[in-house]
Amino acid sequence: MIAFNALLVRDMRLAIRVGGGALMGALFFLIVVTMMPFAIGPDLALLARIGPAILWLGALLASLLALDRLFATDHEDGSLDLLMMGALPLELSVATKAIAHWLTTGLPLVVIAPLLGLMLNVELHAMGWLALTLLVGTPALTFIGLVGAALAVALRRGGLLLAVLVLPLTVPVLIFGVAAANAALFGATPFGPPFTILCALTLASLVLGPIAAAAALRHGLE
Amino acid sequence: MPIIDFANPTRFLTIANRALPWLIAVTVIVFAIGLFYVMNAPDDYQQGATVKIMFLHVPAAWLGMLGWGLMSVAALGTLVWRHPLADVAGKAAAPIGAAFTFICLVTGSLWGRPTWGTYWVWDARLTSMLVLLLLYFGVLALYWTAEEPSRGARAAAILSLVGAVNLPIIKFSVDWWNTLHQPASVFRMGGSTIDPALLTPLLIMALAFTLLFATLHLAVMRNEILRRRVRSMRLMQAQELAEAT
Repeated sequence: MIAFNALLVRDMRLAIRVGGGALMGALFFLIVVTMMPFAIGPDLALLARIGPAILWLGALLASLLALDRLFATDHEDGSLDLLMMGALPLELSVATKAIAHWLTTGLPLVVIAPLLGLMLNVELHAMGWLALTLLVGTPALTFIGLVGAALAVALRRGGLLLAVLVLPLTVPVLIFGVAAANAALFGATPFGPPFTILCALTLASLVLGPIAAAAALRHGLE
Repeated sequence: MPIIDFANPTRFLTIANRALPWLIAVTVIVFAIGLFYVMNAPDDYQQGATVKIMFLHVPAAWLGMLGWGLMSVAALGTLVWRHPLADVAGKAAAPIGAAFTFICLVTGSLWGRPTWGTYWVWDARLTSMLVLLLLYFGVLALYWTAEEPSRGARAAAILSLVGAVNLPIIKFSVDWWNTLHQPASVFRMGGSTIDPALLTPLLIMALAFTLLFATLHLAVMRNEILRRRVRSMRLMQAQELAEAT
C-alpha cells in the first residue's frame, strides 16, 4: 500500500509540475471542440443534436494524445526498469501509473466537458448525465490505451503506431458512451442499459488492461 | 509424431516441402469442382446472377475470422510455450487473414451495389468486418515497425490476444449500435434460408478457400523461416567481416 501511494503521488506530481503537460489534454479538447463548428457550421440546432458525439470524440482523441507520456519518459530515465524489478507486482504498478495518468489527464476532460457542452448548445438539464458518462467511460480509454502504450514503448515507437493500435479497440466504449449520453439528452431510449454496459467495459478493461500491459513490458524490455 | 518434432524448423521445412505440392493439387481440384457447381447453381429469383458473389464473399468472411483465431492460438504458443514455430505461424497468418477480410469487404460492397443500391452502408456486419480489418492493420504495423523479429512477434502476440478478447465485444456492440439506429427491415437479405441448390456449392467453395488458406499459410511460413535464415546468415557474415578488419 505504501509503494502504491508513493508511486501514485510521484506520477501525479510529475504530471502536474512544469513540463508534465497534464493540462495539455484539456487544452487540446477545448481546441478540437472549437474547431468543430468551423467545419460543420454554426447551426445551433445541429450542434445540439451532435454535441454528445463531438464531446466524446474530442475526449477520445485528447486521451489518446496523452498516452505517449505514460511510459516513454520513465523508459528514458530508467525508472521503468526500477519499477519492473521492484517489490510491487508489475501489473499493480502499471495499474497505478494508469490511475495517476487518468487523474491528471482524464479527469480534467470530464471537468471541462460541461463548459464545452454549453458552447455546443447541449441542453443544461442533461449536462450532468453527459459528464457522468465521460467520468465512467474515460478510465476505460486510459486502461485500453495502457496496452498500446506498453507495446509502443517496448518497440521504442510511438505516435501514430499507438493510435493505429488503440483506436479500433475503443470502438465499444465510444458506441456505448455516445449511446448513454444521447439517451440522457433526448430520452428516446432508456439510459440504464448503455450506461451499465459502459461501466462493465470500464471494469473489464481495469482488470485486463494492466495484465496485458505488464506482459507487453516483460516481453519487450527483458 | 509428438508436436515437439515440428518445433525443429529444418524438420518443418522438409515436411512443408513434401506436403505443399499435394496441398496445391487438392486445392486446385476442389476449386474446379466448386466452380463447376457454382456455374450450375440456379440464379436467385430476386437477385439474379449477382447471388454468385456469395460463393466468394461468404468463405472470405469465414477465413478472415479464422485468420484471427489462428493468430490467437499461435500467440498462446509464442507466449506460453515459447514454441519457435508459433511466432512464424502467427506472422504468416496476419497478411493472409487481412487479405481475406479485404476480399470480403470488396465483394460485399460490389454485391451491395446491385442489391441494396449502394456500395457501403453502416450496417453492423460491414462495420464489424471493417474494424477487424483495422485490427489486422494494427498487427501488421507492429510487425513492420519492430526492429528485431522476435520482439515484434511477442508484441504482436499480445495484441492478437487482446484483440481476441475484444473482437466479440466489438461485434456485439456494433450489432447493438446498428439496431438502435436503423430498422432491421431495410437491410435484411432475401429473408429466406438458403436453398440446398445454393448451399452445396457454398460449402464446397468454403472447403476450397480453406484449403487455399492452408496452402498459402504453409508457403508463407516456409518463406518466413528461409527469410530468417538469410537474415541470421547476413548478420554472421557482417560479424565475420567486422572481426577480420
